Parts: sequence; C-alpha cells; structure tokens
Amino acid sequence: MERGTCGELLEVRNLTKHFPVKRGLFGAAAGQVQAVTDVSFAVGAGETLGLVGESGCGKTTIGRTLLRLIEPTSGEIRFAGQDLVPLSQKELLPYRKQMQIIFQDPYSSLNPRMTVEQIVAEGLLVHNIGPRPRERHGIVQGLLNRVGLPPEAAGRHPHEFSGGQRQRIGIARALAVNPRFIVCDEPVSALDVSVQAQIVNLLMDLQQDRGLSYLFIAHDLSVVAHISQRVVVMYLGHVVEAAATADLLSRPRHPYTRALLSAVPKRAPGTLSSRQVLGGEPPSPINPPPGCPFEPRCPLAVQACREKVPALEPMGAPGHVVRCPIVKDSALPAA
Amino acid sequence: MSEQTAETILDVRNLRTHFDTDAGVARAVDGISFSIARGECLALVGESGCGKSVTSLTIMRLLPLPPARIAGGEVVFKGRNLLALGEKAMCAVRGSGIAMIFQEPQTALNPVFTVGEQIAEAYTAHNPGAGAAAVRVLTVAALRRVGIPDPEQRAADYPHQLSGGMKQRVCIAMALVCGPELVIADEPTTALDVTIQAQILELLRQLQAERHLSLLLITHDLGIVAEMAERTCVMYAGKIVEHGPTADIFRRPLHPYTQGLHRARPGAAGEEKKRRLAVIPGMVPAATHFADHCRFSPRCPLCTAQCVEKEPELADYGGGHYAACWNTRAEGIEAWKEEPVASCSKSAI
Repeated sequence: MERGTCGELLEVRNLTKHFPVKRGLFGAAAGQVQAVTDVSFAVGAGETLGLVGESGCGKTTIGRTLLRLIEPTSGEIRFAGQDLVPLSQKELLPYRKQMQIIFQDPYSSLNPRMTVEQIVAEGLLVHNIGPRPRERHGIVQGLLNRVGLPPEAAGRHPHEFSGGQRQRIGIARALAVNPRFIVCDEPVSALDVSVQAQIVNLLMDLQQDRGLSYLFIAHDLSVVAHISQRVVVMYLGHVVEAAATADLLSRPRHPYTRALLSAVPKRAPGTLSSRQVLGGEPPSPINPPPGCPFEPRCPLAVQACREKVPALEPMGAPGHVVRCPIVKDSALPAA
Repeated sequence: MSEQTAETILDVRNLRTHFDTDAGVARAVDGISFSIARGECLALVGESGCGKSVTSLTIMRLLPLPPARIAGGEVVFKGRNLLALGEKAMCAVRGSGIAMIFQEPQTALNPVFTVGEQIAEAYTAHNPGAGAAAVRVLTVAALRRVGIPDPEQRAADYPHQLSGGMKQRVCIAMALVCGPELVIADEPTTALDVTIQAQILELLRQLQAERHLSLLLITHDLGIVAEMAERTCVMYAGKIVEHGPTADIFRRPLHPYTQGLHRARPGAAGEEKKRRLAVIPGMVPAATHFADHCRFSPRCPLCTAQCVEKEPELADYGGGHYAACWNTRAEGIEAWKEEPVASCSKSAI
C-alpha cells in the first residue's frame, strides 16, 4: 500500500452529469436534468470527506458516478493516479475491487433471495478471492464477526434482520474485497438514533483498522460533521462551499450553508431565537436559474447573482472555498 | 398531571393496545397515561417500534379491530371517552375535534383527486349543507394560510405536481379546515429536507399560537422536541419511561434510556469530536417479546437484580418530572461514555 505517498487517493475534476429528459413516442430529448455540474474534490488516504446537501442536489449521483455505476457526462475521476472515465468495463474491474459502496436503504440493497453468505461472498467470487468454498466461508465468517453479526447469520436471509443489522451486512459485503475507498451513501439515515450511533462507530473503527477512505454522503449535518475531516456542501448540482469540518461549522460563509446549519434542530430547548428560516424550495435541476443556483432563495442576492454562476473562491482558512461573491469575511457575524 | 391550570383537552388513562398475532400477543401500547391541556404541545418521543404511532392511531380509532384489541384504558377527549363512542359519533370527532397529520404526505393524499377537492371533501364531510362556491373560497383560504403560493391555481393541482414540503402543507390545510381543537402530528417532517422541515415546524408553531391548538407531536427526533414541545413523554417498548417539562428532560434526563438517547446524538459530547459515539447496545425487542420486568433492562448499563424481577412504576422526581427506573441517577450515567466496542456485537438476532 502506498498509503500517504501519493497524496490524494481519489481526485475528482470537473465532474459533470446531465441526464437527458425524453418526451414523446420516439424519445426526443426534451431537456436535461443537470444533476451534477463541474464538481471537483479530493479524498486523501485514510480520510473521510463529507458530502452534504438536500434531496436532488446531486450527491447520490456523484457517489454512483465515482464507481461508474452511472457514466459521467464529462470530467475526470482519478483513483490512485489513474483516470477511470476512459477505461473499459474489463479494465475497470481491478479498480472496482478497491472502491466499494454502502447504500442508503438496507431493505432494497440486499437481494431477498440470497443468504447473507451468498451476498457477502459474491464480491469474492467476482474477483476470484478465496477460490475454494471453504476459504470463502472462512473469509465470510471473519467479516460477519468484524461487523458484529453472529456466525449463524451466514445462513439466513435479509428479511430476518433489523435495519441496523442489514446495514451491517451491507458493510460486510463492501469490505469483502478489501477495498481502500468506500462510498457511504446515507448509510445511517434510515436507522434509529441509537442504532445509527452503533453503525457510525463501526465505520470509524473500520477506518482506523484498515486505513480506509470514505466519501460520506448524508443530508444530516450533525452525522457528517462527526465523522468527516472535511465537508463539501452541494446545492442543485454545484459545490457551494468546502472546508475543514471545524472551520465550516464555526465560520460558514455561503448563505446556503448558514441556512442549513441554522435549520438543524437545536440541541436544547430555548435556543430557537436565532433561527433563520429559508423561504422557498430548491428549483428544478431541469431548468436551473441562469445565475447562482441559490439566488432565488438567497437573502443576500443582488442583480449580478442572476446573471452568471459565481466561481468557487478561496476565503479564510486554507482549503476553504466558497461560491458566493457577495459574502465577505468582514461582513459576517461569527456563527 | 399536576400544575396544568388550563383546561385538559385530552386525557389518556392507562391505555393498552394489543395485537393478536401468530407469534403471540404484541403489547404494542401497554398502560400509558398522559394528558394535554388546551394550547399545549406535548411530544411523544421514541424509536421505531416503541408504540408511539399505535398510540396516535388508537386515539383516532383508526386501527383495525381485530387484529388490534383495546385491552384496557380510556381516551377522554373533552369529557367523553372516545373508546366507548359509536362509529358515527367517532366520525364526527375526527376532523372537527381531533385531526391528524401523517408522516408521508405522499401516501396521505389521494393521487386521483386534486388537492382542492380533497380539502373540500374534508370540509363538506362535516358541513354537508355548504354551498360549492363557499367551499371553494374556504379551500383557497386554507391553502393560502399554509403558505402555498398561487392557491387559486394550486387547488386544481394533483398531489404529484407538488413537492414534498408543499404536499405536507396541503395535509396541514386539510387537517385544520374543520377547526379541530387537537392536532396529532405523527412524524410530520421526517420525510422532508432540513430547510423544509424548518419551514413546516415554523408553520405549525404559528398555527398553534393563532388558533390556540393543542398539539400531540410524535417524533423520534429530540431536536424537534426541544424546539416544539412544552412537555415530553419518552416511550420505550410500549411504556412511557419518563415524562416531564421538556426543559427538565433535557437538563436532567433521569431514565437510562433517555440519557442514552441524548448521548447517542452526534455532537452530544460537545467539542470532543471524532470520538466514538455513545451507543445503547442491542435494539428494541419485538413487541411480542417484551419482558414482564423492566423492558429496558437487557440494554441497560445500570441493570440490577431488582430490574429483572419487577417492573418499575413512574415515580415523581418533583416539578412534574416522572421516571420509571429502579436505579435513577440524576447526575447521568458515566457508563455510557466508555462503551466498549464489544457492545456493538451483542445485538442479538
């Protein structure tokens, strides 16, 4: 493992994904869903990068595009220095072994007809790890033990498990091929608070044991902030702000990030007064506004915001970038 | 329940709702009592399977009997026991006395009628003599009040043409159109994004103040409880394990389960980030397998011999704060902090 020697394990440059919208009998393209527009970020070895935003902001599309479960429209996805976009499916296979995904819904992401052992061992078969059934069985048992499931779970089917346990099965499946990078797509949003804590702890322990890198996608800022070293905030397919976690929480710059932070229910009663309730709803990604994507809801918007998408610019601490020309460091009260 | 001077609008007394299943009797709600005063917001908080939704459906008498069975207790709404009413009398209470807002606006609305028609239906069900023009004016006014832009046009929209937040606003308009005195909101924002959730909670707060509504708020999110509710009941496995003024429950949680819920939230340990989260080991047992002694004891770090012998009753800790635990420690439980890794794997199947 050349951990830490090559700097970033995964580097995404100018990633764009536009889905065609088809209408009518012959499926003439009637427009485009601009799900992801010009997104760049990097994940270091052993690092967790958080990706937050509301429904429809493109975060799940990004997670799936990284593994080429969705083909990107343009851009580069560099994994350990190699651009994955031009590779054929066959050439991609060795990289698939190093990149895995944990899905949001533990109910629909496990095949109900397969036993847990078959589910976890499927990746081993594909990549020809542990060619003999006995070896595979041993590997599966080790994985189940590691994610906190009893050995007898191997022979059971997914419906016999609770949500939290299913998510453990999903984690075991992702770990089976010994990946270096895992996309965690809202892995805890379907779970109860106490179970959520168990899964977050498990993911953090595994990262420590194996030096894993995570792209942690979620809409819940408090979970993302807990697990991530850096956070990227998305809105309508665009990155609007990115920063180290502590920096983002203590000095959020973009008006959307500030609204998002203020919308999170408070920890204790009687702290409501400072709430800034954001009006309106995110616009449709089919006809996004021509200027700044957040402009229709933005309390600071001026005429210039309606004309051109602002650029991401560094602001404040190193690595902190903001897509808003209006906010100035000095103009903001401390959050 | 002690210091409430305002009129009590709903009084649930020792309510038991059981389900007869092939796997045995599921005691989903097993002897809970609470009351709500006029204009008050009471939160019922707990995890999946704790019986909070069954409680709300029992109050509304929306559960199919059988398999559900009211094994005991009373639901007294403005002096009348709803459980003893005939179906016709109960219909008159639903909507105009007590209204309900459901978790998923997607499934709560009928996809083949316009939202205007659905609100009008709710109104005419209780006001059969109303003229069509008057109903239309009322419908548009109701949509306008819940913050739907262009209500005249939107009334002719079908649910799929609206976003999740807008659909929930429609559900709120429908719940309020007959002027109920009590609204039961069952996870009203769980399906919504956080900025939209903030809008909906703000709307509920405004409407509650404006109409002096009583609100029974059912949620799993302690953050929402902190914002909305004057008093809180914490439910676990069909029982209320702790109830009291919300501020007190946050400042001085007494039951080990409440303390565990607080600690399991990310960021609960203040600035000690990147630490392991405190966990409550294991999971909520199935409703057919609730223990006869303390139901939290298998997951409790304070469990003693007494806990597996006898079920604790709610005991008064002053200021209207009650908790059901033999080993309550007001200072909190240190054991949560240093939860060993092994506890994750204890979760039995």
